Amino acid sequence: MAVTTYSGAEQYNFDIVKKFAVMSLVWAVIGMFVGVYIASELAWPFLNFDSPYFSFGRFRPVHTTSVIFGFGGSALFATSYYVVQRTCQTRLISDGMASFTFWGWMAIIVLADISYVLGYTQAREYAEMEWPIDILIEVVWVTYLILFVGTIMRRKQPHIYVANWFYLAFILATALLHTFNNLAMPIDLFSMKSYSLFAGTQDAMTQWWYGHNAVGFFLTAAFLGMMYYFVPKQAGRPIYSYRLSIVHFWALSFMYMWVGAHHLHWTALPDWTSGLAAAFSILLLMPSWGGMINGIMTLSGAWDKLRTDPVMRFMIVALSFYGMSTFEGPMMSLKEVNALSHYTDWTVGHVHSGALGWVAMISFGSLYHMMPKLWDTKIYSNRLVEAHFWLATIGIVLYIVAMWISGITQGLMWRSFDEFGNLQYSFVESVVAMMPFYAMRAIGGMFFLTGTVLMTYNMFMTIRQGKRESAALDAKMAAKMAHA
Amino acid sequence: MNFNFKHEWIETNIGLMSVLTMLAISVGGLVEIAPLFFIDETIEKVEGVRPYTPLEQRGRDIYQREGCYTCHSQMIRPFRDEKLRYGHYSLAAESQYDHPFQWGSKRTGPDLARVGGKYSNEWHVQHLVAPRSMVPESVMPNYPWLLSTPLDISDITNRMKALRKVGVPYSLSQAEYDANVTKFGETVASQLHIPDAQKNLVEQANFGNYDGDRTGISEMDALVAYLQMLGTMVDFSKYTDDAFVEFR
Repeated sequence: MAVTTYSGAEQYNFDIVKKFAVMSLVWAVIGMFVGVYIASELAWPFLNFDSPYFSFGRFRPVHTTSVIFGFGGSALFATSYYVVQRTCQTRLISDGMASFTFWGWMAIIVLADISYVLGYTQAREYAEMEWPIDILIEVVWVTYLILFVGTIMRRKQPHIYVANWFYLAFILATALLHTFNNLAMPIDLFSMKSYSLFAGTQDAMTQWWYGHNAVGFFLTAAFLGMMYYFVPKQAGRPIYSYRLSIVHFWALSFMYMWVGAHHLHWTALPDWTSGLAAAFSILLLMPSWGGMINGIMTLSGAWDKLRTDPVMRFMIVALSFYGMSTFEGPMMSLKEVNALSHYTDWTVGHVHSGALGWVAMISFGSLYHMMPKLWDTKIYSNRLVEAHFWLATIGIVLYIVAMWISGITQGLMWRSFDEFGNLQYSFVESVVAMMPFYAMRAIGGMFFLTGTVLMTYNMFMTIRQGKRESAALDAKMAAKMAHA
Repeated sequence: MNFNFKHEWIETNIGLMSVLTMLAISVGGLVEIAPLFFIDETIEKVEGVRPYTPLEQRGRDIYQREGCYTCHSQMIRPFRDEKLRYGHYSLAAESQYDHPFQWGSKRTGPDLARVGGKYSNEWHVQHLVAPRSMVPESVMPNYPWLLSTPLDISDITNRMKALRKVGVPYSLSQAEYDANVTKFGETVASQLHIPDAQKNLVEQANFGNYDGDRTGISEMDALVAYLQMLGTMVDFSKYTDDAFVEFR
């Protein structure tokens, strides 16, 4: 007797969620491996191997694209499709469109990574993809928007759950940012090469308006959507404050878009622009911490879970890093602090306390919650989750501490004078001073990567276990049916 | 009038929510970016800044291709230590023809905004091929392929035409050429004339012999030509220290 399949009649389209969830782990391993590799290139330059394809400059966007858009993007597609269906109690409006976003998004990451290695780049940080890939992103993204909003329109609840507000803001903002930051003139219809529509100062401002809001919306608002669904679910408690989530949402959406120019302090960008950005950066501390408090306080009355539930621990540590990064960020946006921190490793450390501490940790927590449910089973090994948690946390701490020390050291060495008023250090002396910290950073990255590999193995075994259980159940049913 | 706002209106209406979200996220960019295109003081009035010659532009393309911006900035800040180390702080005018800008965000290596003329061509070639042979403590990758790869000059016309479309004053017609003569002088204007692009490129590479090898034009020729002009366009001895303050 044939095994019964439920896919057509299923209430939700979980097939697409499964695909994105698995790929987010695959991209995490690839992207973090490349990250560890380029970190090692800085510590041990022979690893560039005189090869154009693996040299740091071409390889670095492979790392950023694979982790931000591959790992982060896939985790966001997976969780947003899961959350929107669960909270609206309805199926995605189109399986075909969902499938298109999956294959389209995967093609984008693969094409982008290959094109960087071959030397095709717009040379804009986090927007290195050349124009044909940008057009594909635009098409996939509009499909995503239609699918997401269309599904919300079919909801069985009058209210739209707060997690969906954040996912919506993320989709709209990403569309806006991507479109305006990638306006470019191709040199030929059959060439990958293009030149940016804007030049110099205006181009810099557009790029960092994009760059910081890729952080603000892609890496923050969207992951807050994740937080607003998965933290209450895992804690088994409602969100701490409904009012706070309203204030959090509108203040964050409005203010983030102003702060990009703090990446351009003391540059040829006029002072009024970067000053305004700094003011908004300070203001942004309030909604950011409002959101953090809303997440952490959701646990009130269930604090014991921090001891008993390693998945919960991922989420709470993620929120703690969110709080720390969103304090560090406004501080670094002060002109006086920025004068020291800009151009140094401190910035790199700051990004990673957000990216590893917040984005990756909340994604791991959410995936640990969601993946066993998708395959209708339990996590294969809670001890591996525990091991992953400690590897990841130690890795982040090593990474950030290394970058704090090296960043502040660089900044201080560059600006120090000897007793005669001459520069005390040559540039290369500051490079030499970085070496132990570059090695320490690479080791921190290896810890984090090892944790991710453990998780991937754990989830692979969880999926296998889920499949075996459902096969066993089917066989039992079939046997019963045969006897009857 | 009794206007009793309830957030419930928004959270039960996806259309309203989308529109209001779109409004909330549009303001910041509009206020900060749009004026930069209209306020005159955004870019300093300064003599000497010109678009890149065909060879320099190809060098700039290679600079982007290799991702140099991931480790080198091109933006000197107005601090005493940066002035001593790198030179006069960068002006907005100096990158007004840069599509895209390459100000950078990280100095794993030093700033390059005024590297032009600081080292000889021979130094640059040797340093790019094997950085640690010149600076033993350097962590820069080797770029040996720049010397062995011939420069592709077949699409230089297309490249300059695309740049012309985004606003760089490269000339196609006689009228545009004449305008450039008025603005930049005849020597520069002839370099900006698209119909002569290939001829100009070959001439500059042969005359400059940047890579020290006269047998052909390599990617190294273009990159070194670009590096050697960086930050050299403005003669700062013509201006007082206060001349640019009002523009910041």
